Amino acid sequence: MNLPKIPLADWIESIEKWLENNLGPLFDFISLIIGGTVNGLDDMLRGVPPLVIIALFVVLAWFLGKWKMALFTLIGLLIIENLGLWGPTMQTLALVLTAAIISVVIGVPIGILCANSNVMQRIFTPLLDFMQTMPAFVYLLPAVTFFRLGVVPGVISSIIFAIPPTIRLTNLGIRQVPGELVEAADAFGSTPLQKLFKLQLPIAVPTIMAGINQTIMLSLSMVVIASMIGAQGVGEYVYRAVTQGRTGVGFEAGLAIVILAIILDRLTQKVVQRTEKKS
Amino acid sequence: MAILEAKKLTKIFGDDPKKAIPLLEKGWSKDKILKESKLTVGVNQAEFSIESGQIFVIMGLSGSGKSTLVRLLNRLIEPTTGQLLFNGSDVLRMNPEQLRQYRRKHIGMVFQKFALFPHRTVIQNIEYGLEIQGIEKKKRREMAMESLKLVGLSGYEDSYPHQLSGGMQQRVGLARGLANDPEILLMDEAFSALDPLIRKDMQDELLELQTKMKKTIVFITHDLDEALRIGDQIALMKDGSIVQIGTPEEILMQPANKYVERFVEDVDLSKVLTASHAMEKAETITIDRGPRVALQFMRDRGVSSLYVVDRSMTLLGLVSAEDAAAALKDSKGLEDVMQKEVPITSPDSLLNELFEMMGNAKLPVAVIDDTGRLRGVVIKGAVLAALAGNGNSLLDGGDSE
Ligand SMILES: Nc1ncnc2c1ncn2[C@@H]1O[C@H](COP(=O)(O)OP(=O)(O)OP(=O)(O)O)[C@@H](O)[C@H]1O
Ligand SMILES: [Mg+2]
Repeated sequence: MNLPKIPLADWIESIEKWLENNLGPLFDFISLIIGGTVNGLDDMLRGVPPLVIIALFVVLAWFLGKWKMALFTLIGLLIIENLGLWGPTMQTLALVLTAAIISVVIGVPIGILCANSNVMQRIFTPLLDFMQTMPAFVYLLPAVTFFRLGVVPGVISSIIFAIPPTIRLTNLGIRQVPGELVEAADAFGSTPLQKLFKLQLPIAVPTIMAGINQTIMLSLSMVVIASMIGAQGVGEYVYRAVTQGRTGVGFEAGLAIVILAIILDRLTQKVVQRTEKKS
Repeated sequence: MAILEAKKLTKIFGDDPKKAIPLLEKGWSKDKILKESKLTVGVNQAEFSIESGQIFVIMGLSGSGKSTLVRLLNRLIEPTTGQLLFNGSDVLRMNPEQLRQYRRKHIGMVFQKFALFPHRTVIQNIEYGLEIQGIEKKKRREMAMESLKLVGLSGYEDSYPHQLSGGMQQRVGLARGLANDPEILLMDEAFSALDPLIRKDMQDELLELQTKMKKTIVFITHDLDEALRIGDQIALMKDGSIVQIGTPEEILMQPANKYVERFVEDVDLSKVLTASHAMEKAETITIDRGPRVALQFMRDRGVSSLYVVDRSMTLLGLVSAEDAAAALKDSKGLEDVMQKEVPITSPDSLLNELFEMMGNAKLPVAVIDDTGRLRGVVIKGAVLAALAGNGNSLLDGGDSE
């Protein structure tokens, strides 16, 4: 066997070059939107005193859950503030929220398309598998090429890694709507859009919310990697602590991420449960 | 005029379904076609026409194509070939928008497992069909409330479907189907999921609604009793084909083939046959005759009593030979001696109800129609004969009425 090696690497790189040369304005535009969203959220979160934000979160936790959740939120956020990690944690939150919002805005419509067409589903299923299993470092590079260093490529790679559950579960949620109900909606003369908004989406909401929950968790798990290409936040602290061998600092920053993760997870899960109860 | 008319309406499931059409025309069976071509015959060249205001029942064993056929009528399933006319216009030629209008305005549907939207309240379910037509909120709420009242569920408008019993849920399904006021209502085993008592109630209610609203109803069932009870026409299906269409009596008495015969062989005739089937000619005398004439009539006709009627055959009473003899002796009129309390019934009361009524009465039962006129008389022996499964002769006699 002496076949020449397939020049896959060369191909990919020339595609990258071509994209960079020809789609520059598009990337600039995307960059503008993402950068703007992150910075806007960041300004909002850090523009007010920490105690106001903490109070807001506690009230939200109280409203959605019970006092236990409110108490955990209170103590957790106070610890973060006390460790002096408030600023970077809010930066991370801004990044995660941006990634989650964009994932939902893009992922839900794609999920709907997949649910309505078996061809689309067959195209997207392997693509999503690919996105989730390809090591994140591999697409950090092109992300940096297209979007330069900073928070934007970090958000982009978070989205690539975190969007699959939203797409998958939107698709699943809509496909799980009982055939009889869809038939009933058709029998009364619904247009496809009426069917979608009045029947399929409302019934799929709990499933879609479960997908969004996973998306948030996955994008949170990307913050350290994102920090390697210049995204600011607690991820940066972890990364620096690891490279400098400072276990204590690393642990503190890691704890902040864990606390943020638990709060976001519990809050979104409560939303899932509420929507479930309704339908 | 026929409101719905099907000509060679056919549905084949599978890839390249048209391949099976020539095979069907050659008369191949469903099994053979499946074996040779991997195609499933859903409905095979169905021909029928449904008159406006009829209850058209489709029945047959599981898998015979009932659900498929009914879904061809509103194109929830797209026919493979054939023709379907609604008030003379071709349903299969409708474009998507026309089809939506057809479904919204003209043909409603009620489902076996209710298919209520779980995230909507009862009233929101009922107004769904109106909402998607863009009818303004206040108006559609009013119409939906009307429909809810019709099925006797006023007060439940804000409940969610899962809070209601099966029977109530199906009433909501019915109200939803009726809310748009369609001319045609398709009901696919709409009562099958209900227990027998509720089911009978629902049948009664449907019949009552039917007389009030004059809908055309296409009703699927695999229960012969139900079919006989509510159907004006019954179509029997087997392997996708309609094997016989006829009135309940025709299906019972002139089964087209062995399949239909087996279908109807153990039907309880007392639940099908009515007083008008079992009644005989009543011996009558008009009230202005005297007792002497009455006695003469009895002798001539070999009976021991006569129904006393006026000139327009309105029943007034019953006079026996003893009564007449007494009147003669005391020189009274028939009016003074006749028994005014006579057991009566209507022509379409069922024989099994009649049988209960006759259990403790010695007299025959007079059959009186809506206008109060005497139509005939049912004697106990005839009812017993029918209950013993000997209904054929009765029906022949009854039909000549
Ligand atoms: N979507 C489908 N794809 C393939 N075959 C189908 C499909 N729907 C129905 N069939 C076949 O068509 C035939 C008729 O089915 P249908 O559901 O109309 O029967 P049915 O008389 O309503 O039965 P049941 O009393 O069980 O409801 C069956 O052989 C069934 O397997
Ligand atoms: Mg069926």
